[in-house]
Amino acid sequence: MDIFGSINLWVLLASLMVAATPILLAAIGELVVEKAGVLNLGVEGMMITGAICGFAVAVESGSPALGFLGAAVGGAVLSLIFGVLTQVLLANQVATGLALTLFGLGFSALIGQGYIGVRPPAMPRLDIPVLAELPGLGRVLFRHDVIVYLSIALVAGVWAMLRYSRIGLILRAVGENHDAAHALGYKVVRIRILAIMFGGACAGLGGAYLSLIRVPQWTEGMTAGAGWIALAIVVFASWRPWRALLGAYLFGGIAVLQLNLQAAGVRIPVEYLSMSPYLITILVLVIMSSGRSRAALNAPASLGKSFHAQG
Amino acid sequence: MIRLIKRPTPSRFWTAATPVLAVLLTMIAGGLMFAALGKDPVAAIRTIFYDPLFDPNFASYSRPQLLVKAGPLILIAVGLSLGFRAGIWNIGAEGQYIIGALCGAAVGLAFYPAEGWYIFPLMVMAGALGGWAWAMIPAILKTRFNTNEILVSLLLVYVAQQLLAAMALGRMRNPQGGGFPGSRNLSQYPAASNPELIAGTGMHWGVVAAFIAVIAGYILLQRHMLGFQIRLSGQAPRAARFAGVNPARLVVFCLGVSGALAGLAGLFEVTGPAGQITIDFNSGYGFTAIIVAFLGRLHPVGILLAGLLMALTYIGGELAQFMLGIPSAAIQAFQGMLLFFLLAVDLLSNYRIQLGRPEVA
Amino acid sequence: MKVTQLLASAAMALGLAASAAMAQDDPVKVGFIYVGPIGDFGWSHEHNIGRLAVEEHFGDAVETTYVESVPEGADAERVLTQMALSGHDLIFTTSFGYMDPTINVAQRFPNVKFEHATGYKTAENVAVYNARFYEGRAVIGHIAGKMTETNKIGYIGSYPIPEVIQGINAAYIHAKKANPDVQFSVVWAYSWFDPAKEADAANALIEQGVDVIMQHTDSTAPMTIAEDRGIVAFGQASDMANFGPNAQLTAIVDNWAPYYIERVQAVIDGTWESHSVWHGIAEGMVEITPISDRVPEDVRAEAEALSASIAAGEYHPFTGPLNRQDGTEWLAEGEVADDETLLGMNFYVEGLQGEIPQ
Repeated sequence: MDIFGSINLWVLLASLMVAATPILLAAIGELVVEKAGVLNLGVEGMMITGAICGFAVAVESGSPALGFLGAAVGGAVLSLIFGVLTQVLLANQVATGLALTLFGLGFSALIGQGYIGVRPPAMPRLDIPVLAELPGLGRVLFRHDVIVYLSIALVAGVWAMLRYSRIGLILRAVGENHDAAHALGYKVVRIRILAIMFGGACAGLGGAYLSLIRVPQWTEGMTAGAGWIALAIVVFASWRPWRALLGAYLFGGIAVLQLNLQAAGVRIPVEYLSMSPYLITILVLVIMSSGRSRAALNAPASLGKSFHAQG
Repeated sequence: MIRLIKRPTPSRFWTAATPVLAVLLTMIAGGLMFAALGKDPVAAIRTIFYDPLFDPNFASYSRPQLLVKAGPLILIAVGLSLGFRAGIWNIGAEGQYIIGALCGAAVGLAFYPAEGWYIFPLMVMAGALGGWAWAMIPAILKTRFNTNEILVSLLLVYVAQQLLAAMALGRMRNPQGGGFPGSRNLSQYPAASNPELIAGTGMHWGVVAAFIAVIAGYILLQRHMLGFQIRLSGQAPRAARFAGVNPARLVVFCLGVSGALAGLAGLFEVTGPAGQITIDFNSGYGFTAIIVAFLGRLHPVGILLAGLLMALTYIGGELAQFMLGIPSAAIQAFQGMLLFFLLAVDLLSNYRIQLGRPEVA
Repeated sequence: MKVTQLLASAAMALGLAASAAMAQDDPVKVGFIYVGPIGDFGWSHEHNIGRLAVEEHFGDAVETTYVESVPEGADAERVLTQMALSGHDLIFTTSFGYMDPTINVAQRFPNVKFEHATGYKTAENVAVYNARFYEGRAVIGHIAGKMTETNKIGYIGSYPIPEVIQGINAAYIHAKKANPDVQFSVVWAYSWFDPAKEADAANALIEQGVDVIMQHTDSTAPMTIAEDRGIVAFGQASDMANFGPNAQLTAIVDNWAPYYIERVQAVIDGTWESHSVWHGIAEGMVEITPISDRVPEDVRAEAEALSASIAAGEYHPFTGPLNRQDGTEWLAEGEVADDETLLGMNFYVEGLQGEIPQ
């Protein structure tokens, strides 16, 4: 199936899934954090920390799987700084998040000094036999690395957790009205810190996907703004997991498509086309948010507010 | 058992003492980090905090540079703080800064090589208008379609960056620059330049504008009805509605002011210290200003001090790099630590810490 | 005012005394400012390797310092001034955007010597140096033309600036000579360094049937993709063999070390003079790493011969007859391009498809 002459739609779909995976991982983590009523703008810092932690662990141990584990731990530990500052010491979340990004970029570069120009161990691709050979769909659905599947599973898991489980209910209660949740006996601070650490671990995984699979190498500043896009995707998705998947794939899709159009020699003004992913994201956002009531926007009511238990 | 008791009003003592405490804590933690990197921690701390201000070799040059570096940060941060107080989140000052610079530069380049006193004022207006217009996009989308302003203003930063690259390589490229990217040097075009006003002080129009913004911000918040509405909307949105505050107008006002100030900062930078439009002319002032706004507790005078402190760590950090061989990554991590500590000890000004069991349950 | 003037002149006097003393026994102090982090594994990384080579070569006779990730413009001017104030004898400013700041600071510190990379403004105490990367591009263009089976070559460009356009033209001219059916697809990333985007660009090109990839961006992502997809590519700025052991046919390495050592030596000897140089393969500033065994013996020999004839000055990669893209004549038979046109090159040669974004 071809569009614009020579671009194969199936191939485009397969490559946009790969392109979107780091953003998706970070976004789904941040979604949980925001559902708990916390706005962590430090996603970029946690991603880059995950990227170097994962890289270092994978290189030292020779195992990409351990690397991803290390990335999740690294991201979670960094996010714990944010958790303690905002939840225990009641610091402003926006400022702390930005500080976390600044710190993460510097810190990761310090750890990474010894890893420049090193090639990490390769992650085997998980081609599912028979199915991978299907024309079209086989390439899209069954010929990826395990992390791509993990990211989709994570979306499904978060969706089910928020919708059906008791944990999801508590999480939403804390995010909607922390005073009421506290009155009901939930440990607001503890729940929020756990959510923040989950977000940090996911962002770390997203960063490691870049440094271990997508690129794969370590260079300073290699996330190049992906964390900010992940934040945008969460709002874009109006805090719904499947929409976050859609948003990440849409963003990845437009980014990949503009490069494909260039490669196919379609005559387009390149310098303006590279703005298109951002402009189209804004446009879709406007369409989705217009003509709806505030409730439909689904923003957690306590988002970004500090919680201090009285009495 | 440690308990936190909210103070009825922020403690005056701790409001003044916490920044000092934070700087001391950062010196200790940062010193440990520098020691771990095998550098002399005392020398490192002295180079960052003391040398730019008092070293006989550098101080006469570095002190005015503090103003040059802090000027745009303060100017942008004052604008942002208004919105932040009202719960309106403009994260995209970086984009407004770029567009302000582009619009102002476009006016200046259009007049080139004419002379005239009116050119620079026109550029200043274009810069402010450009930043204002760029901020109006999230403002109008917010009031008209209820679109989230954090996201839109942030995404527009990326659009502005691409536009900047396109302009530096295309329409604004210096026709006498031998095909190299980048515009004419505006600081070398007298009618359009923003020179140092008093030699050796670092004062240029952007720094003057920053000081004016601090004073105006102070008056607005303390003495003006609009300032009261802004504070009320942030603290008690429902009460604000009953008090007759029009939220849509507040959004337009706050985003507009912060956009215009960011645009001005960009214009003053491109006509003065930076000199020309280049592919990566922006160097993160718009994002750093968000941190400055919070470090200054969203208070104009606090922002002034916070801007100067941030500038000091930048300038001292550069000295530490070439004097002591400390990598820039360590400086970045050090700045991050400083912010963490400032944010953490802020607790002391708003809460009382009580040890032991509560007196009254 | 008076006090500061006094202080300033005292500081100047001190500085002069210090630099005079330095000439005798103190080490020569050499500063570098980089536009990116030294960990970018590209442009700034290579300049830093040059700095390390200077340290290695001179030992205690030289002290080197650097500041990394310095934005172009006001920040660069401040860093340069502070370096000059702290008694540096020679400062290398390693990015095009440092041109005006370098000139400004140099005016104020006539005793400090400056070397600006890739610019065109010189002064009594400002020299400029640049590398003829297009010479290397001509050689890899030849190899690419011989190696492609689909006759499609992909080129990932950063920004449409003269240096990148020179590279595309040089590569195309020589690929075309080796293989008249060859076609180039150029993708502009609009970034010097964005690994994810460069990887996407490489994939997009491969989907279009490209089987050889060239890049003028700094990350190793395209090389890794090439390795993964079983096609071939050329390393940029550094030897990227580590990332594409099978894919990398050869790499064009920016080797600044010989020039840096030569210029520091000139300062030590007191023979330093301002100049404007554009070095290439001959001087070792542009280095071509050993060509992979994947390239057939005869092609390897041709490429080496081409490289040798460029180095010997017998052959210039831009020798007529050459037409511009629109068919108008650029260089007549036997005519050689002048440096000024090359430095400001903003057009494609005949045969290239697409437009340069303006």
